[in-house]
Amino acid sequence: MAFDSLGAFIAMEGHGPYVWTCYFVFFLLMGAISLWSLRQRRFVIEQQRRRTGSRAMPDNSPAGANFTRIEPSQD
Amino acid sequence: MWQIFHKLGSPKWFFGIASKLMPWLLWVGAAMLVAGIVWGLGFAPKDYLQGNSYRIIFIHVPAAFLAQSVYIMMAVAGLVTLVWRMKLADVFVRAVAPVGAILTFLALFTGAVWGKPTWGTWWIWDARLTSMLILLFLYFGVMALGAAISDEKSSARAVAVLVLVGVVNIPIIKYSVEWWNTLHQPATFKLTEKPSMPAEMWVPLLLSVLGLYLIFGWLACLRMQTEILVREGRTRWVKELVQARGN
Amino acid sequence: MHPIRKKRLTIVLFLLAGVSVAVGLTTYALRQNINLFYDPSQIAEGEAPVDVRIRAGGMVEEGSVLRDPESLRVEFKVTDFTSSVLMEYTGILPDLFAEGQGVVAMGRLDGNGRFVADQVLAKHDENYMSPEVNEALEKAAGKRAAMSDAESESAVSY
Repeated sequence: MAFDSLGAFIAMEGHGPYVWTCYFVFFLLMGAISLWSLRQRRFVIEQQRRRTGSRAMPDNSPAGANFTRIEPSQD
Repeated sequence: MWQIFHKLGSPKWFFGIASKLMPWLLWVGAAMLVAGIVWGLGFAPKDYLQGNSYRIIFIHVPAAFLAQSVYIMMAVAGLVTLVWRMKLADVFVRAVAPVGAILTFLALFTGAVWGKPTWGTWWIWDARLTSMLILLFLYFGVMALGAAISDEKSSARAVAVLVLVGVVNIPIIKYSVEWWNTLHQPATFKLTEKPSMPAEMWVPLLLSVLGLYLIFGWLACLRMQTEILVREGRTRWVKELVQARGN
Repeated sequence: MHPIRKKRLTIVLFLLAGVSVAVGLTTYALRQNINLFYDPSQIAEGEAPVDVRIRAGGMVEEGSVLRDPESLRVEFKVTDFTSSVLMEYTGILPDLFAEGQGVVAMGRLDGNGRFVADQVLAKHDENYMSPEVNEALEKAAGKRAAMSDAESESAVSY
């Protein structure tokens, strides 16, 4: 361990705010893109399942015709 | 060899392989990244000059390294799109562009926060920082252009051309610190020489770079799967797969 | 390879080569603007304009730092080991400022070859090491210098 105590570890001799800001933002953004990507795939699978479930409709019905351009949660 | 190449182009085949690889990529990657970061933050010695602020390197370098690697991979995929018209290559470009943008942003952000205590400024318009900012805008451009053209084929070609034109920026980023006077220092890691830091610093750094690489692999597989499901929604294998997963 | 693919590949490679040449020529033409700072040799040769806000950078010469005891005024020499420039600055210096370390300063050259800075940034190199190793290295360097009077030994790191 390069530090004597937890307090010293957090303070990092005054550089703490800089170091911890970086790590916080890094994990925040990497976590956000991961969760968003997982949710997006689940959303698409569910959407496709609903579509194939109601297969009574002909294949080129409006619901089926434009699916290539449906972009879920484009935020 | 060509057979593998053609197989790679099959979305169904890719989907299966990706599903098998993903847990490995995620968990091994996360373990390496966390190990590298814990080691770097808590156990690596501080730098004689910068003190503890240098510990930002353990995410700054992985993010910056990945940001450039992802762009190179996208450029290769763009070339494949243009020459071989392989659909999966375009799927890759679309899937990873937002990830590349986030990594570039992280490299710039962590660099700025690191620059304040060491250089004395958050930002300076030197060649390295500016070319990295251009990389971020290239990623934005790729995302915007892809979204703006609705026809799948022309959109794929336009995006591929943009990605390929932008790849000129990559050697500029890499050599900016050697060709011009910059505030940013030259690379610590070089392919041909020993790193100019002791092992107790570069081993955790290498761990976090490799870990982030694997996590990127996981993200790429995940996002490509989503893109494939959207594009191939009409095919029988997707319909079957979707039904099987739901129950 | 299929002839159509070959043709496409050639077009793409031409495109790439064209863009590279264009960008290469542009950056070459603009190299003076892309360079963040003038180094002391360029200033000595009169390449840097006088009384225009520019940046100058180099290594702070050993033993050249003079601090005014009554104010925040500092004077120091910046060198690239061929020529050196005298700099003057009033204000708080970055933590990393030290003799033998790199700096990049923003300011104006006055008529007498003196650089009046209004901002000083620290530049560090790509070498990282623990304080203990650095201490040991410096001790060893000091011993060697004392023994053989070799003066260029300490300049290796720049």
